[in-house]
Amino acid sequence: MKLKAFAFAVAAALLALLLAPTPSWAQQKFIVLASTTSVDNSGLLSHILPDFTKETGIQVRVIAVGTGQALDTAARSDADLVLVHDPDAEGKFIAAGHGVNRREIAWNDFVIVGPQADTAHIAGGHDALAAFHAVWNAQAPFVSRGDKSGTDALEKRLWKAAELDPTKAGPWYKDIGGGMGAALNAASAMGAYTLTDRGTWLSFKNRGPLTIVVEGDRRLLNRYDVIELNPEKHPTAKLGLAKKFADWLASPRGQAEIAGYTVAGEKLFHPEADKKP
Amino acid sequence: MSDFAAAVRLALDMIVDFDPALLSIVALSLSISLTAAIVAGAAGCLAGAVLAVYRFPGRRLLIVVANSLLGLPPVVVGLAAYLLLTRNGPLGSWGLLFTPTAMVIVQTVLAIPIVTAISHRALEEVWARYGDEFRIAGATRLRAIPQLLLIGKAQLLTALLSGLGRTISEVGGIIIVGGNIAGVTRTMTTSIVLETSKGNLPLALALGIILITISLVLNGAAFALSERKPRS
Repeated sequence: MKLKAFAFAVAAALLALLLAPTPSWAQQKFIVLASTTSVDNSGLLSHILPDFTKETGIQVRVIAVGTGQALDTAARSDADLVLVHDPDAEGKFIAAGHGVNRREIAWNDFVIVGPQADTAHIAGGHDALAAFHAVWNAQAPFVSRGDKSGTDALEKRLWKAAELDPTKAGPWYKDIGGGMGAALNAASAMGAYTLTDRGTWLSFKNRGPLTIVVEGDRRLLNRYDVIELNPEKHPTAKLGLAKKFADWLASPRGQAEIAGYTVAGEKLFHPEADKKP
Repeated sequence: MSDFAAAVRLALDMIVDFDPALLSIVALSLSISLTAAIVAGAAGCLAGAVLAVYRFPGRRLLIVVANSLLGLPPVVVGLAAYLLLTRNGPLGSWGLLFTPTAMVIVQTVLAIPIVTAISHRALEEVWARYGDEFRIAGATRLRAIPQLLLIGKAQLLTALLSGLGRTISEVGGIIIVGGNIAGVTRTMTTSIVLETSKGNLPLALALGIILITISLVLNGAAFALSERKPRS
């Protein structure tokens, strides 16, 4: 009898849970935003989106993936707007006729993080290329995203600028093929160096021995662009609603929201108008 | 050890607080996985019964296929579904990508082979035992199937629960077709992936503990139901 009562209690609880009032999103206007993990995992979007939705009634559904995948998702017409951070890939996306009206809406910077033990002796530096040379010469463990994200693209550009070829590196160069979080988790576990955007780093909670070792190089600038889709190639996308969100991000209201987002008192993203280093 | 202790404490806190965000994630997880398990359960039990009762060319091949698909990688099913459901894909006009429906489809596909293989094995034994009696009594094979399902219902429940085990724990497929959108397609497992990527390891583990607890309760309930009547 007890067993029976238990079974019925569970069945009743399940029923109550499944029949719970349909969430408000069911009838709501929405757009799909293909975005990079850094603006989502850092908490920026969940900080600013509720206000936008309150003002306009438009819900923004965020697919947070690497920049490469975000652009691919939009190129397939599966998203209505993109918010990404890889100028080269964005240029190709626009040249292929997928995107129009690119606008910078925020920036911050990348940093190189590494173990406090600092086997490559690069801590305190401000020159990313010198740091990459030192890591190469010391054969210090280095974690690479290897996922065609914006961060991965910058890392590859830095190796190229340093005239080094990571495909010829030894086993110390670890291509993990994962997101920023996965890369940071791996670097934290291995005591390795890696390149990360500052937003993800500041909100990341499993740092272990990692700390910022190199920052303040102009090459490490990280700009976030919103790109609308070309109506000729993407007739099914909700371009009107998407434009409203893009305009809002670029508006003084949206810019103030971006500037107002802090973690532990530190600003994660600068509005577009802030002076760059 | 402190990580585990922190995770257990977090899990307990979230359960006690009845955290509304957690509750909606749990509700979504359950509605997707239960729907998929029930659809796959119906289709799989029927397929298992047909495979046990009928003799037709290609039957052995189907049995081998069902068994080999037990190891079907979720990420491959997710990718195939993504390519079918993408806006410019064959089924793109349905507009299902990044919706819970797409996630149900993926999980159903993953669970059908499991239910089919397990129910086939169980019903084959039942058929071997009672098949002659059915035929002597003059029942057609088709008529015998409902009887067969009734006799084997305890084993079919096991098949169904195995299907549910597959769906509720699955993440590789649903994260591709669902997109892990907060409040829309974010489930227990995709939340665990997300929190891990944010370095929120105790929270990720706490969510895992809650997921296992839910599984335990569901299976306990099913066990209790099947024990309801003393078997003669």
